[in-house]
Amino acid sequence: MQNKLVEELIKIVGKANVLTAPEDLAVYGYDGTFQEARPEVVVLPESTAQLSEVVKLAAATRTPVVPRGMGSGLAAGSVPLPPGGMVLSMTRMNRILEIDEENATVHAEAGVVTAELQAAVEKRGLFYPPDPSSIRHSTIGGNVACNAGGPRCLKYGVTGDYVLGLTVVLADGRILKSGGKPIKDVTGYDLNGLFTGSEGTLGVVSEVLLRLITKPHYARTALAEFAALDDASRTVTAILKAGIVPASLELMDQTAIVCIEEAMHLGLNTGVEASLIIETDGTDEQTVQREIDACTQICQSSGAVAVKMAHNEAERGTLWKARRSMAPSLARKAPNKLGEDITVPRSAIPEVVQRLRQISVKYNLPVVIFGHAGDGNLHPNILFDKREADQWARVEKMVAEIFAASLELGGTLSGEHGVGVLKRPYLERALGTTSIEVQRSIKQALDPLNILNPGKIFPV
Amino acid sequence: MQTLHNIEKPAESEYLNCIRCGLCLAVCPTYQVSLKEAAGPRGRVALARKGLEGQLELSQNLAEQMNACFACLACNEICPVGIHPAELTLAMRHVQEQIKPAGWKQALFGGLIPHPGRMEASTLPLRLYERSGLRKLVYRLGALRWLPRKVRDLESMLPRLPQRPLRQVLPEKAAAYGEERYRVGFFLGCAQNLLFAEESAATVRVLRRNGCTVITPKQTQCCGMPARGYGRLDLVVTQAKHNIALFEQAGVDFIITDCATCGSTLKDYGALFQGDPEWEGRAKAFSGRVRDVSEFLAEIPLEKPKGRIEARVTYHDPCHLRRGQKVWQQPRQLLALIDGLDFVELPEADWCCGSAGSQLITHYDTSIKVMERKMDNLASTGAGISASGCPGCQMQLNTAVQRRGMQVAVVHPITLLDQAYEAEHAK
Repeated sequence: MQNKLVEELIKIVGKANVLTAPEDLAVYGYDGTFQEARPEVVVLPESTAQLSEVVKLAAATRTPVVPRGMGSGLAAGSVPLPPGGMVLSMTRMNRILEIDEENATVHAEAGVVTAELQAAVEKRGLFYPPDPSSIRHSTIGGNVACNAGGPRCLKYGVTGDYVLGLTVVLADGRILKSGGKPIKDVTGYDLNGLFTGSEGTLGVVSEVLLRLITKPHYARTALAEFAALDDASRTVTAILKAGIVPASLELMDQTAIVCIEEAMHLGLNTGVEASLIIETDGTDEQTVQREIDACTQICQSSGAVAVKMAHNEAERGTLWKARRSMAPSLARKAPNKLGEDITVPRSAIPEVVQRLRQISVKYNLPVVIFGHAGDGNLHPNILFDKREADQWARVEKMVAEIFAASLELGGTLSGEHGVGVLKRPYLERALGTTSIEVQRSIKQALDPLNILNPGKIFPV
Repeated sequence: MQTLHNIEKPAESEYLNCIRCGLCLAVCPTYQVSLKEAAGPRGRVALARKGLEGQLELSQNLAEQMNACFACLACNEICPVGIHPAELTLAMRHVQEQIKPAGWKQALFGGLIPHPGRMEASTLPLRLYERSGLRKLVYRLGALRWLPRKVRDLESMLPRLPQRPLRQVLPEKAAAYGEERYRVGFFLGCAQNLLFAEESAATVRVLRRNGCTVITPKQTQCCGMPARGYGRLDLVVTQAKHNIALFEQAGVDFIITDCATCGSTLKDYGALFQGDPEWEGRAKAFSGRVRDVSEFLAEIPLEKPKGRIEARVTYHDPCHLRRGQKVWQQPRQLLALIDGLDFVELPEADWCCGSAGSQLITHYDTSIKVMERKMDNLASTGAGISASGCPGCQMQLNTAVQRRGMQVAVVHPITLLDQAYEAEHAK
């Protein structure tokens, strides 16, 4: 990195917020995947104004800019690919600027931790539903940039469904404000939608304006255990067909259950092939109870060997803590794991589960299946040892087959993680050439110098 | 690149198994106040790995990232993979000391701290400062305000100092009041002996009152945590052997400590000698007998105090008790025994207070920031007493209370129990 650029950056954000020591650069090169690279400099701006100045400087010097929240992404979207360039760490922009109770909105800087944003609005009786498993270690800006999901999205929708407005720093440093507090707005293109999920390739999200809802006061949570995985996956569609929309409907297969149990010692039955975590919620206690009772009955008539209710808030909390620790706890089973994020129409859940199991058998590597079965979003995780070249070769073939299975069944590559680096090779097959051409022209229009998170999303 | 042969290194799995999920960032106090990756567990694990694998030089800056960890153990507890980033930073400090030993550490942790007599002599000026009335005078004249903030904060860490170290006062054997039901050893820690003598005197009184004959060996050495914190694991081993042998001779059923840090270290002796044919069994037997005083009192039939204390009280969980020993309900149970006390749960009670041994001295700014969050929570309770079973936490909370000018008494829970027993006599 040229000293001149570093000096200029220091003028904008101060010495303490421009990192160039090898030890600092070494820890801003990864996210929640096994991908890794090395930036040339890390900058931590404190405001949209500073951020804009930093990006202007990057544009003038043609320095790649890689926005990063807390680096919990699962698609290597914030990994600074060679030549590295500048990692823009948004963590210091962590102020909640306004909670508007009348209009039920929150205006926050991009670096606010999502769980903290939730807690702040809940204190005012409001509710921000999206709940990615990384809720305590990811930022709201990162959630918007990747259009994060989570278990509750079955009933409440994903991050993008709550974005009313954004402040975005464009590739030339200009500050764009899109949307606003009105719920309905068809004045011009939907730029909120364009930037949501754009993974930092079209602009840097610096502030968000989110729609909130009234906090549901009651929740009932049940754990249904099934001797056969197929029964569990058929139950998912049975519940939804019965007209019940639980807040969450989560599937875990046996390996997943065993991993959680080993990590957390909750007394889960590790002898069953699958479990469903079902949660109903709402503002009327009786309705919530009626719905969970109906779910229980459907589970029982679909082959559940046991249905257990969480009796209090502590038991419910433990169950969700377990679910959130699911993906990381797999690391106890194998040195490496590759977590995919396919989403299929929900009617195809039983079929896709069958195919995942066939792929696992064919390549002789474990595939752990869990995820938000209610909305068709599954996280098949392949367990392997990267040090064994032969295993890695098999993993690559398996990933291709998993994606192929999803696409054949009318599904998609990613429900909530994004494309980043890892899914680039499969994008054309998923979207077709026309879609990719259109998306490339959007990128070209907004970032003609290709300095914003270069190398991400598009096939190389 | 330094050669790392013949050097004790952390187990590979402790850094290779990190999947970089980032869960630990949510609970790490040093990350939370800096918001920089290198100041969090995930960053430290990555640095340890790169340092040990030769991708990064084991530089001064890399070592500093390890020293900056408060070892509050929150990351160990939350890690879904089951690695121990806090232990890894301690192991890396040990690596650094083997490559580039610091002479002052040998003098301090090898020459001074393991010798109770030398410790007592060297801290005499502090006791004179109190005993001569100089400290009172300094306070009355407001002389401290002329000193830099940092010096004032360090001065206010000190509790009211005892006339004499407790070791010189406590009898080797103190018989149970009434019938002897247990024969227990008391591990008199350095801070308790030199700074919090009144608390440990209270501990011994409460034990005796509840059927314990208390044996206090006078030649105990430092538990070893300070040496471990500064990378001298070798000295911990020496001190541990001394203490194990000492208590074997005492012939006691339990070894009681009223210091959270001593307790967690003593309980760890068993693991320290894993695979050592001569010491493993002895160390495990020793560790198996160690109890924090609140833990021990919760296990035995306890006399309910008849005296009352009228006050609102809250409790701060020391890291070395809550996470280090899983002891957190017991001190609360003790407080619940005392009539008149209005107990209010402290929000984020197990958030580190920022003491972490000597971090107020070595990492002042971070320590103060971590402490501020604790104080906001403490203020929200409206408590007049803040109890905590750790001398390090108490010193830090003392500083905090004085910085903010709060009217909060910082005490060990055992002193409240002792007061409630004593209040009965006053009637």
